[in-house]
Amino acid sequence: MNYKVIIHTLGWVLIVEAAALVLPLICAIAFSEPYILTFVICILLCGTLGGLCILPKVKNKTMFSKEGFIIVALSWIVMSIFGALPFVISKSIPNFIDAFFETVSGFTTTGASILTDIEALPKCMLFWRSFTHFIGGMGVLVFLVAILPLSDGNNLYLIKAESPGPSVSKLVPKVKSTAKILYIMYSILTVIEALFLYAGGLDVFSALTLSFGTAGTGGFGILNSGISEYSPYVQNVITVFMILFGIDFSLYYLLLLGKIRSALRSEELRTYLGIVFVAIALITVNIRPLYSTIAETLRYSAFQVAALITTTGYSTADFDVWPEFSKTLLVTLMFIGASAGSTGGGIKVSRIMIFIKSIYKEIRIAAHPKSTHKVTMNGRPVEHTVVRAVNVYMAAYIVIYVASILIISLDNMDYTTNFTAVVATLNNIGPGLAKVGPTQNFSIFSTFSKIILSFDMLIGRLEIFPILVLFSPSAWRK
Amino acid sequence: MNIIIVGCGKVGQKLAEKLSQEKEHNITVIDLRYNVVQDLINEYDIMGVCGSCSDLDTLTEAGVETADLLIAATGADELNLLTCFMAKKAGECQTIARVRNPEYAKELHIFKEDLGLAMIINPEDTAAREIARILRFPSVIKIDTFAKGRIEILKFKVSADSPVANMKIADMSMKFGGDVLVCGVERGENAYIPNGDFVIENGDFVSIVSSPEGSVDFFKKIGVKTNRVKDTIIVGGGATAYYLAKRLISAGIRVKIIEQNALRCEKLCELLPKASIINADGTENRVLLEEGLDKAESFVTLTNIDEENVLLSLFAKTKMKGKIVTKVNRIAYDEVIDGLDLDTVIYPKNITADYIVRFVRAKKNSMGSNIETMHLILDGKAEALEFRIQENSPIANIPLEQLKLKDNTRIACINRKGVIITPHGKDVIKPKDTVIVVTTHKGSQDISDILL
Repeated sequence: MNYKVIIHTLGWVLIVEAAALVLPLICAIAFSEPYILTFVICILLCGTLGGLCILPKVKNKTMFSKEGFIIVALSWIVMSIFGALPFVISKSIPNFIDAFFETVSGFTTTGASILTDIEALPKCMLFWRSFTHFIGGMGVLVFLVAILPLSDGNNLYLIKAESPGPSVSKLVPKVKSTAKILYIMYSILTVIEALFLYAGGLDVFSALTLSFGTAGTGGFGILNSGISEYSPYVQNVITVFMILFGIDFSLYYLLLLGKIRSALRSEELRTYLGIVFVAIALITVNIRPLYSTIAETLRYSAFQVAALITTTGYSTADFDVWPEFSKTLLVTLMFIGASAGSTGGGIKVSRIMIFIKSIYKEIRIAAHPKSTHKVTMNGRPVEHTVVRAVNVYMAAYIVIYVASILIISLDNMDYTTNFTAVVATLNNIGPGLAKVGPTQNFSIFSTFSKIILSFDMLIGRLEIFPILVLFSPSAWRK
Repeated sequence: MNIIIVGCGKVGQKLAEKLSQEKEHNITVIDLRYNVVQDLINEYDIMGVCGSCSDLDTLTEAGVETADLLIAATGADELNLLTCFMAKKAGECQTIARVRNPEYAKELHIFKEDLGLAMIINPEDTAAREIARILRFPSVIKIDTFAKGRIEILKFKVSADSPVANMKIADMSMKFGGDVLVCGVERGENAYIPNGDFVIENGDFVSIVSSPEGSVDFFKKIGVKTNRVKDTIIVGGGATAYYLAKRLISAGIRVKIIEQNALRCEKLCELLPKASIINADGTENRVLLEEGLDKAESFVTLTNIDEENVLLSLFAKTKMKGKIVTKVNRIAYDEVIDGLDLDTVIYPKNITADYIVRFVRAKKNSMGSNIETMHLILDGKAEALEFRIQENSPIANIPLEQLKLKDNTRIACINRKGVIITPHGKDVIKPKDTVIVVTTHKGSQDISDILL
């Protein structure tokens, strides 16, 4: 284990966080809110600590798979701890565990909140809360790789451990350029959304915070009522952009290169859009009696489907009062999640596809034991190691899922609440059903459950293994 | 430059390693084996495509349309040629193919012209050329040439009875002539680019820069034999042995090849009528001694098993005084092998990769940089670069003693229209000269990079 390179990289993560904290500081100055000192303290703390970590020269910069996993896992934990400080220092969220939960929820783009009254928070805090979504959406280490000459070749391990999806590949031969291209596309798409929202009559602050929430597929809003008070235009813009941010970013790169046809040929994209449209249609039919016009029904169902499959977790309606079929379908979408290589969470469409295809393969083999059959994606065979990784992922996912429900059931909530609370955190969605429904929040849980749910969010965002490797003795043993 | 490497065997991997170290290249590798591609992607900053290179889709996925260069280094000659042909049709790239079959080797120019190949590389022939060069100058361990052969960097070992042992470098050039410049000394693990006060010790490996005539003169003065070997014994009769024997015979050196396989012996007999072919197991001491190992002037081990080659050479070292050359295929253990004191060791895969890297650099010259030739010296710890000086170069027309160079950097030689100048403090570099620079700072692109 190369401890020096781990500490060095963590130092840079802290410095990036210090730089990110400058934005809410500007926000506090702009709205002349009395929290300038809070942010200055946090920036100085992150900056000096990070500076101390990067000061010693690292001779041996080699990084292997386990260093990659551990750097990513530790970075996210460290980032969340320091990201929680502004809330604690400013007394906006006085309890540290609550603030930690809120920050983890921000960075992991979950959007689950323990706040009962969001509007009571000062604007600079709301900005920071939403901005954590933007940082967490594409990932902080991807950003580091894009701007820093970290080490020579092995940075791919960092991106692999941080980016979602069963097999992470580069867009161009160089890791650095790949990371740059990803961040540029991500930022441009976010700015376009903010412009659309601004055109719809929102002020700059709302347009930006809502765009951050959509871009990272996070879900923190700035109103207690979520998105429901905004105009239908704003809601529709957000619907479209949620779906866009749930698409694999490498397809946007193909689009930029002018290879539109090969981008549209992606099997995962077609399945993803297929699921979205079918779900919208089914829910529209199911909830039709609740609303007056078809257009309104369609708007509500489209928004909710997009919000939950991309794991954003915004809400325009209290879907907890929808018919049972719609609720169950929405919970199913929560499990599926967005595309691999997007900013969304969940199990990911491509994993589900590989999973279902391998089930189909096993059925074939059961019927014709001698037949050979290969799982394919986009017309190409999927390597056995990838199929195996997907199966193991699903197994680990279920184990963590069941264990989490068991632990938080100690708080004595009803089953729906426990079940959907874990669904909503492990898949980085935000709201669940019943007591954690779209109009409710997570403040009802005990401190212990909040810690468990925080780790569920981290496990979900980093796709299980980095966190498991962090806690496995075999990775630390010499 | 956008470079595609097809086939990730030893040569392909070495190329990926060396080319990815030069930051300006975008490299994509293609191989059929998923694991090999994954390992390479994890190790170097490159992209990988898993698939068959005879499939146009695979080439397109690897970006053949925007590639500047494609290097085909799979195990199959035909596949390499076909891939280059297809790449040429699909994109605008230049192509390099590895072709090793001696039967094709005779018709290389046809392939080169009709398939539009920029370069054909034959690892066995390349290795043979390197060995032949060393046998022509047996006192030397390594020879690198610059300026179309007008300048050489030669590496030799200083023995206890040598007159240069325990001598200052400044005294040495006074005593043995000023046309030779010591550009590097390796002592144990360390490599030095020495100044005049440096004292050479027994057991040092010294690299000198000189014209070929100058070096012969120098070696005569310090009492090192400069004449080429008169005969050689080669163990192992593979392709390298064939190419080597052909070169040596045409240079008038007597060749004896010991090969175990009777059929191969007959084939060699047909191909090399002037060589004496011995059908026996070359790893048996008795056979070697019977064939006159103790009196031979040189001994080359070219079997396909590295361990055998190393052991044979160690054995020969105890029996003979002449030059010993050992071929080692596996690159990974070069540090261990270098510690064995084996005289000259040849790594064919490394040489092949070096040739291609040199081609890439030369091609890059036409795209901006002005490096003419580059060799790694001092066991890879330093680079010797040949720069062409432009009209407005910052170092032109300034006396060398006034130039502020980086540490461990030396201007070793100046080539002015074919006249070789060993530089002194008062000399100036003029535009259109080429100069040889020796430096431990790697990755220089322009002569100005050596200045402080």
